Amino acid sequence: MSPTAKTTLRALALTLLAIAATFGLDPFRNYQLAVAAGCFAAVAGLTVLVGLTGQLSLGHAVLMAAGGYGYAIAATAAAEALPESLAESGVIPLLAGLAGAALAAGVLGLLLGLAAARLRGPYLAGLTLALVIALPSAANVIPALSGHQGRSAPFFGVPDALSALIVVEQWHAWLAIVVAAVAVTPLVVLRGGRAGLRMRSVLGDETAARLAGVDPRRVKTGAFTASALSAGLGGAVLAIATQSVSPGAYGLGFSLLLVVAAVVGGLGSIGGAAAGSALVVVLPWLVDQLTSALPAGFGQRLNGTLAVLLFGVVVIAVTAAWPGGLAHLRHRLPWPARTAEPPVPVQNTER
Amino acid sequence: MHAPLKRTALLAVTGALAVSGLTACSTPDDAEVPGVTKDKVTIGSHQPLTGPAAAGYASISAATNAYFQYVNDNGGVKGRKIEYIVKDDGYNPANTQTVVRQLVGEDKVFAIVNGLGTPTHSTVLDYLSQQNVPDLFVASGSLTWNQPDKYPNTFGFNADYVTEGAALAKYAVEKNPEAKVCVFGQDDDFGEGILSGVESVVGAEGVTSAQTYSTSSEDVTAQIGAMKEAGCEVNILGTINGFTARAIGTAAQLEWFPRWHVSSSGGDYPTLVGYLGEEVGPALLEGMVSANYLPFSPGGEWVTLFTEINTKYNGGAPFTGNTVYGMSVGYLFAEALAAAGQDPTRESLIAALESGSLVGNGIVPLSYSATDHSAFRSVGITLVGKGVQDYEGTTYSVADGAVTPVEAKPAPPVNGGIPGK
Repeated sequence: MSPTAKTTLRALALTLLAIAATFGLDPFRNYQLAVAAGCFAAVAGLTVLVGLTGQLSLGHAVLMAAGGYGYAIAATAAAEALPESLAESGVIPLLAGLAGAALAAGVLGLLLGLAAARLRGPYLAGLTLALVIALPSAANVIPALSGHQGRSAPFFGVPDALSALIVVEQWHAWLAIVVAAVAVTPLVVLRGGRAGLRMRSVLGDETAARLAGVDPRRVKTGAFTASALSAGLGGAVLAIATQSVSPGAYGLGFSLLLVVAAVVGGLGSIGGAAAGSALVVVLPWLVDQLTSALPAGFGQRLNGTLAVLLFGVVVIAVTAAWPGGLAHLRHRLPWPARTAEPPVPVQNTER
Repeated sequence: MHAPLKRTALLAVTGALAVSGLTACSTPDDAEVPGVTKDKVTIGSHQPLTGPAAAGYASISAATNAYFQYVNDNGGVKGRKIEYIVKDDGYNPANTQTVVRQLVGEDKVFAIVNGLGTPTHSTVLDYLSQQNVPDLFVASGSLTWNQPDKYPNTFGFNADYVTEGAALAKYAVEKNPEAKVCVFGQDDDFGEGILSGVESVVGAEGVTSAQTYSTSSEDVTAQIGAMKEAGCEVNILGTINGFTARAIGTAAQLEWFPRWHVSSSGGDYPTLVGYLGEEVGPALLEGMVSANYLPFSPGGEWVTLFTEINTKYNGGAPFTGNTVYGMSVGYLFAEALAAAGQDPTRESLIAALESGSLVGNGIVPLSYSATDHSAFRSVGITLVGKGVQDYEGTTYSVADGAVTPVEAKPAPPVNGGIPGK
């Protein structure tokens, strides 16, 4: 069996498992699962980018937002353009929206990637950070983005055939899982194949890579675009689950949380990205549960800040205890060791 | 079979087994009424308790809660106490999504009451409609909430912005027909609604300058400067409290003192004094015109009752327009709950609201009906004089673009302000 087929089979099995798991969750947990799936797609893109090519992007939230806006605009346009009978089922607007998301995020990612190939470490981080800060103003200036109120995305209710079986949150969780799988699987294939080797060679030593016939600029631009596509589909997932896209949802805090998720999970590891995204979704909720038990005024003051504080603590604790992130823990479990995967370079950031 | 595949298969089987053993699931069930037990009704709301809008509106839900405590201490509504769960969304639509789902999915609330904000609440409209959750008394004057065909469970509370804009413009024109009228509004439904209301009275050419702001950028110097340049004499504001204060403060810095006509959502005198400071606030706000539809005349029966409740159940928090607003919302919910029958269901609650029998405590009777989900079609004009904000005596009814003066008919409190006793 070829490695690609193997990866696809694995992805299929995990997707089915995740869909089966939605039956064990109540509606709110399913909503959280959908949000986590959206974050997972973005964090997976980010972790491959940072872990394999060493390009640190602090602006993946903007790429998600681009995907979200692309989805909302394309899906709304398709729903309006189609005759009632076709638009009703929602399949065509959904596909149009996903295509719009991939297009918007892909183009933005390509442009950024072209710049990224010419920038190093902190300068790239600075550029992407500036994008996040510029997002609210961009939303105000560009009419299609509808200012701080944001755009609404079409609502896809449960198909009639399933309506006796599942509620809308579970249905959205299914969609989220499938889209995330479609976004992440190509990344895994890329990472395990020649492209992954090229990325690692560029990270290891650019001059040596060039001598070996690898063009670092093309590799970096390609990696950034692939990462952006995945993040854009993640944004589309959030738009499906929440039926809205607004600059407030993709602020600086959220963008940094994506980096936190990638670091805590373990840079370069897809499984780690999944663990990290779950943490990003569950931790604020846990803090909310905790603070609601406290006296009202005190709890409210803590609520906004405690989650951020805890994320800081978690990052420090994880990097101190397991520098490889949560993904590293897997090697300590009594499971058969993986042999096929090439070793991850020790050095993770650009020199 | 390769090792990773085998492991995945093993995981899948274990997972499937674990799942089949769990009971908490998302399969729809419609057994009993969510949020209603023998002695309690649980409702929820999303409010800005932190973030940029908190200073202007955080006191609303505290006041609503104080009113419910008062009702509960007096036996509740038809023997049921009201539990009001307030979640903070920081005026960020993304957070609203999460907290409302938490309220409906986890806390299993009977209804969402007084969710605050146009951008925030718009994002949960479809969700609430799909879940069939009553979505009552939205704290915003957008026309979005009044679409009975599309959103049969959603009811607005504020007089809509178009109505307010038309009434404020009508008052400006009647007092001073020659004045140059300008509009400064938020760059969303709020500002647009006020502007279209003003235009319905003075015509599109009658507006000398129309400026907008965004809540994400705090500086309004450019807009206020442009209005000053245009020679505006009456400025009609579709702004939230914080930006009303900023507009008036910025104009004062430019040594410009035009007349201000402010929407009820941003024209609460005590709150504005809080923003501008005790030293200059009263002087700057003297003569400010605003619109309102709730009973806040000092010394009135409702204000006396609400002041008592505020002292006893709200820790004596400053008594502002927000206090009256929050408690009025609480009263209206209690009235609707009482009218929904001995054993309220979501359907009977909506039916009670649509019956048109609810009175509320506004200066004019409620306009809810099966075809109208807007609470107030008339607004009164208020003035700030010598540091006191009160009704000036003029009340306008706005219908089909025509503004006509009407008589205010406030409903007095009965049974100590506890419905269904």
